[in-house]
Amino acid sequence: MIQCSGITKSFTDKKVLSGISFDIPDGQIFGLLGPSGAGKTTLIKILTGQLSFDDGSAMILQRNVRHLSGEDRKKIGIMMDQFGVYERLSCYDNLKIYAEIYGVPKERIMETLKLVGLEDSAKKPASSLSKGMLVRLQLARVFMISPDVIFLDEPTTGLDPVTQKQIHRIIMDKKKHGCTIFLTTHNMEEAAKLCDTVALLNEGVIVDRGAPEEICRRFNHQKKIVLHLKTGEDVELPHSKESADKIRELMEKESIETIHSSEPTLETVFLELTGRKLEEED
Amino acid sequence: MNNILVIFKKQIIDTFKNKSILLQVILYPVITLVMEALVRPEGMPAHYYTKMFSAMYVGMTPLISMTSIIAEEKEKNTLRVLLMSNVKPWQYLTGIGAYVWVIFMFGTGVMATAIEPAHIPFYLLIMGLSAIVSIAIGACVGINAKNQMSATSQGSMVMLMLSFLPMLAMFNDGIAKVANFVYTQHVRAMLDEMSFSALKLDGAIIVAVNTILAVALFIAAYRKKGLE
Repeated sequence: MIQCSGITKSFTDKKVLSGISFDIPDGQIFGLLGPSGAGKTTLIKILTGQLSFDDGSAMILQRNVRHLSGEDRKKIGIMMDQFGVYERLSCYDNLKIYAEIYGVPKERIMETLKLVGLEDSAKKPASSLSKGMLVRLQLARVFMISPDVIFLDEPTTGLDPVTQKQIHRIIMDKKKHGCTIFLTTHNMEEAAKLCDTVALLNEGVIVDRGAPEEICRRFNHQKKIVLHLKTGEDVELPHSKESADKIRELMEKESIETIHSSEPTLETVFLELTGRKLEEED
Repeated sequence: MNNILVIFKKQIIDTFKNKSILLQVILYPVITLVMEALVRPEGMPAHYYTKMFSAMYVGMTPLISMTSIIAEEKEKNTLRVLLMSNVKPWQYLTGIGAYVWVIFMFGTGVMATAIEPAHIPFYLLIMGLSAIVSIAIGACVGINAKNQMSATSQGSMVMLMLSFLPMLAMFNDGIAKVANFVYTQHVRAMLDEMSFSALKLDGAIIVAVNTILAVALFIAAYRKKGLE
């Protein structure tokens, strides 16, 4: 569905993407993780034909991104990091504009507003919506056209956990319907929860990629199990036969409260690979 | 064609919610009608206010409306979303330009109620044609401006020059010489005569040159900056 090979892009004298390569099969959620300024938005712009690139090749829907036609674009939904909604117009009128551009039946407008939980706000001007509702309005604009591929640029940044959860539900629902989703985020929990595959992007270079759990397993150097006992004590055990015997013994005594693996998170993997945090403090 | 119509309809819906554009459109027609009805000193030429304000109206409203709409769409990122949705830049500019022309002609129609019915076709023709030049200049400024604030400051300078030159030319010969190269001055002169026989070659050439310059500037600005 999306194929990238050796994408390189520079702005004046600064190289922002270097040799980016990956394949995203149909119906998968692909997460591009990286801190601010890593080149995530630039890559989305390249893959959606908004920005030219210096070297490499990129295909989407079996088409070269340099030559996307109007019909191809109708199969691609894009949600960028800025809202891009008409603030004085109602939610309904905002969607109506795009329904008319894409030739979507008018009934789909209310259906989509319902899908994102904005049916009660259909007549409200976009200026009166909260940040979370604006994100949902943007998602509605993307989903209304029933695209085959969806690009979401940091869809949950700055939102409260409840709204984040609602948006995750909507994204997963689209995946169930066969959409291929390209998601950028610097929220590793979000990536681990939603994505089939992730790529870790740092300073324009993909430093690792794979399924989130596979990456975490690969960087599990400690290979330890932590037992939290009913006494409140934590016991760290290495992966060994002796540890298995110890666990059996403690279980027989019913002393164990919880058992934890010591696998790293995507955040710690990223830190190990790059020396940077995904969500860097200002 | 569909996309142009969508852009046009979007702007129509926005008209009554966008107070700054609405004010631009109704201000001069209202002032004109009030002045024509209430302020009539002895010896004042017929339709003095209509002619004077019309030249200012055509130099100001289409230009500032075009500029502010484009600048706002750039700043709020709605323009990028439209362009990503397969709306071509020329479709967008045509839709916005058509909208600005239509609302301007609506205001012009209101102003035309102050003049004799026989003169109305000539008046509408001159205003309609010269509005196209202002729209092209407004598009240049809108494309060039980074945001609404810079659009306002850049647009105001051009607008003041175009709309006030004809009035100032009446009081100063030096300004009149400069104003002779600006289309709004010739619009004013043609409206003074208010007759098809008043169409003179030099005036037509100045308006044509102004139109060509505006379109050339627009193309140069578009090639340099695009709509992003």
